[in-house]
Amino acid sequence: MSLSLAANNVSHAYGGSVALAGVTAHVPEGAVLALVGESGSGKTTLLRTFNRLVDPDAGSVFVSGEDVRTLDPVELRRRVGYVPQHGGLLPHWTARRNVALVPTLVGMPDAGRAADEALEQAGLDPAEFGGRLPRELSGGQRQRAAIARAFAARQEAMLLDEPFGALDAITRAEAYEAFERVRRELRFTAILVTHDLAEAARLADRVAVMQAGRIEQIGTVTELRRNPATPYVQSLFARAEAALDALVS
Amino acid sequence: MTHTLRRLAAGVVAAVCSWGSPSAAQRATQDVRPVVVASKPFGESYLLAEIFAQLLESHGLAVERRPGLGATEVAFAALRSNAIDVYPEYTGTGLLAILHDSLTAAMRADPRRTFDHVSRGFAAAYGVRWLPPLGFQNGYAIAVRRETAEQHRLRTLTDLARAGSMLTAGFTSDFIGRPDGLAGLSREYGLTPKAVRPLAPAVKYVALASEAVDVIDGYSTDGLLAKYDLVTLDDDRRFFPPYEAAALISARLANDRPDAIAVLTRLSGRFDEARMRTYNRRIEVDGEEIRRVAADALRDLGLVVSAVGGDSAVPSLTRPGFVQFLWSRRAETVSQALRHLQLVLLALVAAVLVALPLGLALERSRASAEWVVGALGVLQTIPSIALLAFMIPLLGVGVKPALVALWLYALYPIARNTYTGVRDADPEAIEACEAMGATARQRLLWVRLPLAAPVILAGVRTAAVISVGAATLAAFIGAGGLGEPIVTGLALADSRLILSGAIPAALLALAVDGALLLVERAVAPAHLRVPRHTLLSRSSNVAGYRPRG
Repeated sequence: MSLSLAANNVSHAYGGSVALAGVTAHVPEGAVLALVGESGSGKTTLLRTFNRLVDPDAGSVFVSGEDVRTLDPVELRRRVGYVPQHGGLLPHWTARRNVALVPTLVGMPDAGRAADEALEQAGLDPAEFGGRLPRELSGGQRQRAAIARAFAARQEAMLLDEPFGALDAITRAEAYEAFERVRRELRFTAILVTHDLAEAARLADRVAVMQAGRIEQIGTVTELRRNPATPYVQSLFARAEAALDALVS
Repeated sequence: MTHTLRRLAAGVVAAVCSWGSPSAAQRATQDVRPVVVASKPFGESYLLAEIFAQLLESHGLAVERRPGLGATEVAFAALRSNAIDVYPEYTGTGLLAILHDSLTAAMRADPRRTFDHVSRGFAAAYGVRWLPPLGFQNGYAIAVRRETAEQHRLRTLTDLARAGSMLTAGFTSDFIGRPDGLAGLSREYGLTPKAVRPLAPAVKYVALASEAVDVIDGYSTDGLLAKYDLVTLDDDRRFFPPYEAAALISARLANDRPDAIAVLTRLSGRFDEARMRTYNRRIEVDGEEIRRVAADALRDLGLVVSAVGGDSAVPSLTRPGFVQFLWSRRAETVSQALRHLQLVLLALVAAVLVALPLGLALERSRASAEWVVGALGVLQTIPSIALLAFMIPLLGVGVKPALVALWLYALYPIARNTYTGVRDADPEAIEACEAMGATARQRLLWVRLPLAAPVILAGVRTAAVISVGAATLAAFIGAGGLGEPIVTGLALADSRLILSGAIPAALLALAVDGALLLVERAVAPAHLRVPRHTLLSRSSNVAGYRPRG
């Protein structure tokens, strides 16, 4: 159960500053695409066109082959999960109520049970953690609850905006495992925004390297590494490998 | 929920409309409205109004008393709009402060010319009537201590101008500001005191007696002139306009109630300055009840065979202690505090009903928000007395204009806090909600409102405390409450009376603030309350308690 996501020659500007300059990308059903790039490269803007948080100035965005402009944004957003950088959990709601948000919105008959199942799948025991407020969870637990919220209503696609960026290394590893586990079980399509090439290599099937509102190159990590299309892609890999060498030596 | 709110609003509106004025049914049973007798907030004005009231009552006419109305602007605005029917006024005030006219040489020479001029001017401009003067003048009287007068051989204002550079003046801000006050006096006589200190009316005699200043502006019938054995200087160049006292009558009374006019006219020409000074002294110095002094005055004039103060009036020369005084006023204080609380709560509930939805609406249209909130803020800068005075032509005197003024003052803090509270509520949580497909309404009810609740309540608390303070000024337009003893106390320079209103008002402010603090705690969102779980005891989870970065 999953949706395909596609962007066709999408451009967008905020006032005078160009965020996207003709981006084309396609994510087949069940695949994960990582958008890698520096701050300001346009990756978050591209992500947000898929649930119409941003309506691009030009070009088209398709979800499951349908142009999103023809879809009601509220309906669309309930079908596509979303995980922001700091989780975006409602601070005054328990983890269970947070995760039950979309099940409640779409009118699932037992939203509470759906939430508990999602918590369980994300690696949080609902009996122990379901009743806690976000401030009573650790950073990693909060991100796992945020991921659980993004698929609790059986959403067929998920948009993740640097969800692991603020976590320390050990917590991040736990969160990766949780993400990989639910993905194996649910097979949803996903777009993951990250500035970390190693994270992209681990979690995504394909990587799109973005710079200044354009996709420099798109492909598997291996393809990009072997045949970098631009000096920028090459330098990105060179820096990542240098960091790895420093760690090994 | 909206249904309940709507019913609540309807109830408030009904309560506001019915309160303070007799209902239609009540009115139907009375063939005529009582004569509304008012005064300005100073001793002689209270006394004359009480004399008017008792005389009318002794002739079987129904009377409603509205003592201590604001100042000239408030009292006159009320008379002009027929909200009151009669109050004592002075020709000089009518000429300069109301008609904004100037004094001619002919008027200076003969007070009757001033009266004729003012009387004609009022009839033409406002349809308001002056009854023939009561027979005494209460004009400005420049006063010095007897030793000062002897030392510098002062008898007239010309003498004062000669010695002026050695003397420190203490003048009321009213006198300093008026054209017929200090500016004119300096021009006419060439008076230049060593220094001029602005003084509150309540303290000027004490300041003079204790030699803090050497010259003050008083009124020629002030009872305190006699108490402190002061010398008033003769206005030898006839600079000050005549201030003949007379009853000022509303157009309504003049047209509809010849019976009341006939009764009030019996007072014309019956008073003189010496007599007024004695009565004023009994009120201002001896602290006698105004009601009793008024009854004595009517008996002295042979107009009423005493009803109130029949037994030979024993002045309460020995004053009881402050605590005893407060205790003796307890019944009055409680009813004034309840009235005060009623005013504040009604205005506050009405303000919440308007400002809360307004704040929420502004969050949806932020472009206009700062303009709208800014406009409400400008209302805040209008002095309460001025705002109350503006209300009188629209709403008369009493509770209604006071409620509307308090309501206007309460709008700003509530609207401002509601708007900023919902605008600034956890933007990430709200964006996540939007991205999950929550509608704007759901985001408002589930996230923005609960998260903004403490900020909104803080605005309500601010408004409540401001209202308790502002409501003391409502006494100036006859709305009652704890401002009543404060206004009267200020007028009579009676600090015990002032405190008997000010202390309960302060306590009321604290109590209202405290009660709303409890509400604020009750509506605080879960994560801002004291942690509830047993989790605190589990050391392994302590790290999880750090607040979100």
